[in-house]
Amino acid sequence: MNAPTSAKSLAMPAETKSAETKPAEAKPRQEAGYNYAYLDEQTKRSIRRALLKAVAIPGYQVPFGSREMPMPYGWGTGGVQVTASVLGPDDTLKVIDQGADDTTNAVSIRRFFAKTAGVKTTTRTEEASVIQTRHRIPETPLKAGQIVVFQVPIPEPLRWLEASEAETRKMHALEEYGVMHVKLYEDVARFGRISVAYDYPVKVDGRYIMRPSPIPKFDNPKLDRSPALMLFGAGREQRIYAVPPYTEVRSLDFEDHPFEVESWPRCCALCGAKDSFLDEIIVDDQGGRQFVCSDTDYCEARRAAGHRGPA
Amino acid sequence: MSAMTEQTDPMIAIQGLHKTFTLHTQNGATISALQSLDLTVSGGECVVVRGASGAGKSSLLRCVYGNYRAGGGAIWVRHQGAMVDVAKAEPRTILDMRRTTMGFVSQFLRVIPRIPTLDLVMEPLLTAGRSAEEAREQAGTILTHLNLPQRLWSLAPATFSGGEQQRVNIARAMVWDYPVLLLDEPTASLDRENRAAVVELILAARSRGAAILGVFHDREAGDAVATDTIELRANRLAA
Amino acid sequence: MTETPLLQATALTRMYGKRVGCRDVSFDLWPGEVLGVVGESGSGKTTLLNCLSAQLEPSGGEILYTRRDGRQVDIFALSEGERRLLLRTEWGLVRQNPRDGLRMAVSAGANVGERLMAVGARHYGDIRGQARHWLTELEIDAERIDDLPRNFSGGMQQRLQIARNLVTSPRLVFMDEPTGGLDVSVQARLLDLIRRLTRDLGLACIIVTHDLGVVRMLSHRLLVMRGGEVVEAGLTDQVLDDPQHPYSQMLVSSILPV
Repeated sequence: MNAPTSAKSLAMPAETKSAETKPAEAKPRQEAGYNYAYLDEQTKRSIRRALLKAVAIPGYQVPFGSREMPMPYGWGTGGVQVTASVLGPDDTLKVIDQGADDTTNAVSIRRFFAKTAGVKTTTRTEEASVIQTRHRIPETPLKAGQIVVFQVPIPEPLRWLEASEAETRKMHALEEYGVMHVKLYEDVARFGRISVAYDYPVKVDGRYIMRPSPIPKFDNPKLDRSPALMLFGAGREQRIYAVPPYTEVRSLDFEDHPFEVESWPRCCALCGAKDSFLDEIIVDDQGGRQFVCSDTDYCEARRAAGHRGPA
Repeated sequence: MSAMTEQTDPMIAIQGLHKTFTLHTQNGATISALQSLDLTVSGGECVVVRGASGAGKSSLLRCVYGNYRAGGGAIWVRHQGAMVDVAKAEPRTILDMRRTTMGFVSQFLRVIPRIPTLDLVMEPLLTAGRSAEEAREQAGTILTHLNLPQRLWSLAPATFSGGEQQRVNIARAMVWDYPVLLLDEPTASLDRENRAAVVELILAARSRGAAILGVFHDREAGDAVATDTIELRANRLAA
Repeated sequence: MTETPLLQATALTRMYGKRVGCRDVSFDLWPGEVLGVVGESGSGKTTLLNCLSAQLEPSGGEILYTRRDGRQVDIFALSEGERRLLLRTEWGLVRQNPRDGLRMAVSAGANVGERLMAVGARHYGDIRGQARHWLTELEIDAERIDDLPRNFSGGMQQRLQIARNLVTSPRLVFMDEPTGGLDVSVQARLLDLIRRLTRDLGLACIIVTHDLGVVRMLSHRLLVMRGGEVVEAGLTDQVLDDPQHPYSQMLVSSILPV
């Protein structure tokens, strides 16, 4: 792969695609005094080079020179840098946090790019060309041409057992992944089942073991052969990795304890969805509780279409 | 040796054996143990080695077993149909000879902690590839013959009396039908009855065709089993 | 008897700058054979073990190993991946301190099962069954399969470490002072176990120790090391009962009689 041209093309699909989605008048103005999308061009280029390598070696963690961002670590500095590097002027950006578009973090990041890049923003999954996310993959099926950017706190799946970076790199290089199953074994031994609920380890393209970031395991099947490009950025740990479109992503398991996603005994209280990841929320002082969709956009779209839940 | 045994192939043929100890911890003092010793033992023979204390009787047995390193000469022992020189053999070969060809009864039991008597006696059979069942049965038979009460079989011999330990030792060395037996005072510290039991075992081994080289501190037992006697005097063969 | 040795070391040398770690060590190890390496601290026995077990690259010489498939390979001509695979499958390594050889944060069962999972075992029930089997073999109550090793006594930890190594049916196990730091009674039990296992499993073993009692009981053959060199080699009982080299004589004569 030729890096410079491909780096360009990586940011291009959104630009070419945006022509057929929405008119440009909804575009906010880019604020003066900042470079486009906040980061300087050299930094973005270096991040794109890392992204290219990551795409070329699915699941492999590529080191990159993470920059200081105007936000604290843990708030998505890695994701923001990746987004800044792939965002074209004609892209439409969606940002979610725990499935919701209206949390402080999601709103702030959306505003940040509206100001520094002048890009359109949206809460609608199908309208977005770039989706930055923390902790969820949208319920609405992703399409070819979309890019999902994951905020990653700890990228190294082997870290829990091996503290040495040199050793974990060697383990990846030699495909020494036995310890991953040790962790699952411990779960089954202790709880009778694999109890990992978030950040459930996967094997990408039959080669690298990868942490999918703290998404619920409910979302793991959405990674498998997804038409969208999945990019992962860890700011503090300075690592970037990727799952290219239509790549096999398998969740680790045992033959006699196969991988399973969560299920709920009820549907969403608001929209009645039975196929969506539900959050349990306490609705009154008496401890009354409801299960509702964690993906607010999905829930709203269903309600707008006339679906109603029991509540 | 008699004319008859000379016709049969020897099991042990020692030629010009020398053994000297150099004590480096004592300014390199040397002690001669054996000098130009020649000896052959054939199957069915029991050669009893006599001599004063320090004459080199034990050293001779130990050299044949490969426990002492010969200083010169050759110690041919028939092993799986061929004569092997213990003085030059690889450790691996000697180990193999000890597994199937040579048995050794020493005066001292090297106690292996925690291992029950029965298991100790079974071990040579297991090492030689016998089934556990067969080994247990044979071990039981020989322990019974040596009057070791069954209640002791499950105990480690560390706490046994000297005589009991010695009998475990003999059982271990004679439970397998070695073609060559080296006996270093097998009857020491045994009472009359048990001495007789051991003599019986040695005679049985002799009549099944084993070549036996033995040192007996008690003359009566030695005479009972010997087909031939040699005398070591000042590290040399007398007579 | 097999015709190729399991392990063949030729003129093995490891220098630390100008200092000798071990020098010009050659020996053959045959299948099922237990080799003891004795010497004082600093005699080079641990350096030798580290070279033999492919953890330390020698400065010179060669180590050939005959794999299960019958092919003889030069250990340091293998890729690192192949070497590490060997160490996890056909070889075992028992360290003096069980904490260095165990994962203290995971259960006994997972410690034993890890090697199986590393070579592709993906059936939880089978892995657990194997773990139970090997715990029992090493005289650890199978009921303790889910306990953490830190709740085990020192002797149990050491036995667990051995179980962890034996689960892939290795052909060669390296042991570095396996009984060091254990109470005498615990030592005896461990020695007895190792003795039984090496015999029953036909395991070849290289045991490094400064304890002559350990080699007397476990090893068929002995290397006596001093200053990085092998000063005497031979049958264990021959070296201990009729030591030839002044240093071996000194070592043997310095054992306290019991």
